[in-house]
Amino acid sequence: MAIPLSYVARNLWTRRLTTALTAGGLALVVFVFATVLMLDAGLRQTLVATGEYDNVVAIRKGAGTEIQSGITRPQAAIIETHPVVATGEGGRPLASKETVVLIALRKAGAAKPTNVVIRGVSQAGFVLRPQVKLVQGRRFAPGSTEIVVGGAIARGFEGVRVGERLRFAQRDWTIVGVFGAGSSGFDSEIWGDADQLMQAFRRVAYSSVIVKLRDVDDFERLRADVDADPRLTNEVKRERTFYSDQSRALSTFITVLGLTLTAVFSIGAMLGAMITMYASVSNRVAEIGTLRALGFRRGAVLGAFLVESLLLGLAGGVCGLAVASLMQFASFSTTNFQTFADLSFKFLLTPAIVAQTLAFSLAMGLLGGFLPALRAARLEIVDSLRSA
Amino acid sequence: MFLLRLVLRNAFRHRLRTLLTIAGLAIAVLAYGLLQTVVDAWYAGAAAASNARLVTRNAISLAFFLPVSYEARIRAVEGVTRVSRSNWFGGIYQEPKNFFPQFAISPSYLDLYPEFVLPAEERAAWQRDRKGALVGRQLADQFGFKVGDALPIRGTIYPGNWEFVVRGIFDGADSGTLTRQMMFHWDYLNETLRKRAPRRADYVGVFVVGIDQPDNAAAISTQIDAVFRNSLAETLTETEQAFQLGFVAMSDQIIAAIRVVSYVVIFIILAVMANTMAMSARERTSEYATLKALGFGPGFLAALIFGESAAIATIGGAIGIALGAPVAVFFKQAAGIFPVFEISSDTVALQAACAAVVAVAAAVLPAVQAARVRIVDGLRAIA
Repeated sequence: MAIPLSYVARNLWTRRLTTALTAGGLALVVFVFATVLMLDAGLRQTLVATGEYDNVVAIRKGAGTEIQSGITRPQAAIIETHPVVATGEGGRPLASKETVVLIALRKAGAAKPTNVVIRGVSQAGFVLRPQVKLVQGRRFAPGSTEIVVGGAIARGFEGVRVGERLRFAQRDWTIVGVFGAGSSGFDSEIWGDADQLMQAFRRVAYSSVIVKLRDVDDFERLRADVDADPRLTNEVKRERTFYSDQSRALSTFITVLGLTLTAVFSIGAMLGAMITMYASVSNRVAEIGTLRALGFRRGAVLGAFLVESLLLGLAGGVCGLAVASLMQFASFSTTNFQTFADLSFKFLLTPAIVAQTLAFSLAMGLLGGFLPALRAARLEIVDSLRSA
Repeated sequence: MFLLRLVLRNAFRHRLRTLLTIAGLAIAVLAYGLLQTVVDAWYAGAAAASNARLVTRNAISLAFFLPVSYEARIRAVEGVTRVSRSNWFGGIYQEPKNFFPQFAISPSYLDLYPEFVLPAEERAAWQRDRKGALVGRQLADQFGFKVGDALPIRGTIYPGNWEFVVRGIFDGADSGTLTRQMMFHWDYLNETLRKRAPRRADYVGVFVVGIDQPDNAAAISTQIDAVFRNSLAETLTETEQAFQLGFVAMSDQIIAAIRVVSYVVIFIILAVMANTMAMSARERTSEYATLKALGFGPGFLAALIFGESAAIATIGGAIGIALGAPVAVFFKQAAGIFPVFEISSDTVALQAACAAVVAVAAAVLPAVQAARVRIVDGLRAIA
């Protein structure tokens, strides 16, 4: 027969201060654990949202990022006229020949400038990215020195309101609109006319060509043709793969750093749980003896103390998770090591993270409580009754 | 003396509990020290940079280059003693995870960096070999490079495969010098580009400028930028230190997060320590009442509790600080990404301060309670 749960719960309640301190320690570890996972999930979500599954990015072979890449005009023309590329109104291919460069802008309140992506797009650029929607002002007029800025740029940087001008490449660029791109990476970019930007930056080659496939399954055919064509020194990737490859280093860095920290911290918190549970056992030696004398078996006593420490872990887990869920209102922006440009993303709480976090907190409770529970179960009835 | 003995006896009454607390404290102090050192390591590039050197780059961003012809015009600016070219190469050695910085430099670069110590004969050998490369001691140790080794690198910014031969290994003048990098001839890069991609030839990533007086840095920077105002490639000149700090600033939110987390670990251990002290004091309520009945005042009881807390924190903190140095050495080898990873004396002081704060904070509540307990209630209390 098992010892009733109410007995276990009341034991924790009787020693409220100790329980609160131990659960507090566990909660802090859980908080760090959950925020790291949330940050990584937010980064992934941003990248998945950035890429459309039926879009394909062509860059120079081996370049890895658009900043390092170059595609000549003839090469771009070959790729955009490939038969698998979908056509839009007027039979024009749904392809955007883009030029991507970095400019240094100052974040609000920061002393040092940060690199921001400025992307020159063709007319089809907006059609290819349905997640990009204008929230203020208007689109840039084709062939003009007008630009539109992403939401994360508009919120985080100085001098980028509609009507203001940015000066770079010997020209003044008027900001005529702000676009929201949801949680995608485009939210951290500035867009303008590709040909104007190319002239201003004195480029002769595009950085990348983005095309929409007529059929999602045509990707392999396009890739085979691009690889086989001796005129093309390019490689094509699905847009989604392209963006997740680009942030792999940042994602790994966040995960490895965060989980290493959590592992170290959890040792501290588990020691705390162990101390509490040992005290809980040694204070109740006589009680344990009585329970055993009443007929509860060793297994039941072991179970009761394990449940107690699991409850302790759960309390810490729920508190830590509750605080961590508040982090969803914050956003995080940092330089992506691979693209060398600023990327802004949110903390994202997913059901999987909730489950992982609770499992983690229960595991800490279990590991911390196992040895003390074993000691409780091993007590001899006579000795423990006598100790009272 | 009597007080001290009583404190130590008390502290080790529950040997297991005290040992667990000490272990927890040691881990927390160690983790705090390592996190502080990670933040320091981030700034290592800036710390090693000099205020007596300027870096001139394209004003738009580092992704844009400057024409090589600017070199002569920068040298003509008053106060400039030396100008050297440097291009970030960004190549991959075998696999992307083997990342290390590679720079294409002109020979005068070495004169600008006296902290790179290179034997004269190796420098001469390097200068004779067009494909010659210099690698730093830290880099050479990591990958086992020796003089005469072939060093193939796959370019990302400059496409294709590039062949280099190690002609020299340079040491750092002091432990703060970053020698986890590779340098090779700018001329080799440029001549190859002339053949492969003529439009990209004759451009320089940044010019490193030596100046006569560090005090003139601001004035000379302004003069250099004035020379190129309204040209096709406007320049931005700043001291090397400011240039390096610009890189650090790009990941400032990550650094801020590490800083926050390093204080979280202190709170975790504070909770553990406060718990231990609260439990000990609770169990000894009747003892404290007895001491009071014997005539000891509340001050004595407070001293007893603070003393016990301080004893545990001192031992735990000392172990944590002592473990710092060996763990840092291990961490540096295991991670392999931080060229400088040493626990500074400031960090040790901060670690000690944290242990002290934890000791005091954990003892406050139990001490107040013990001082307040009424003799009758205390004697009646059962743990």
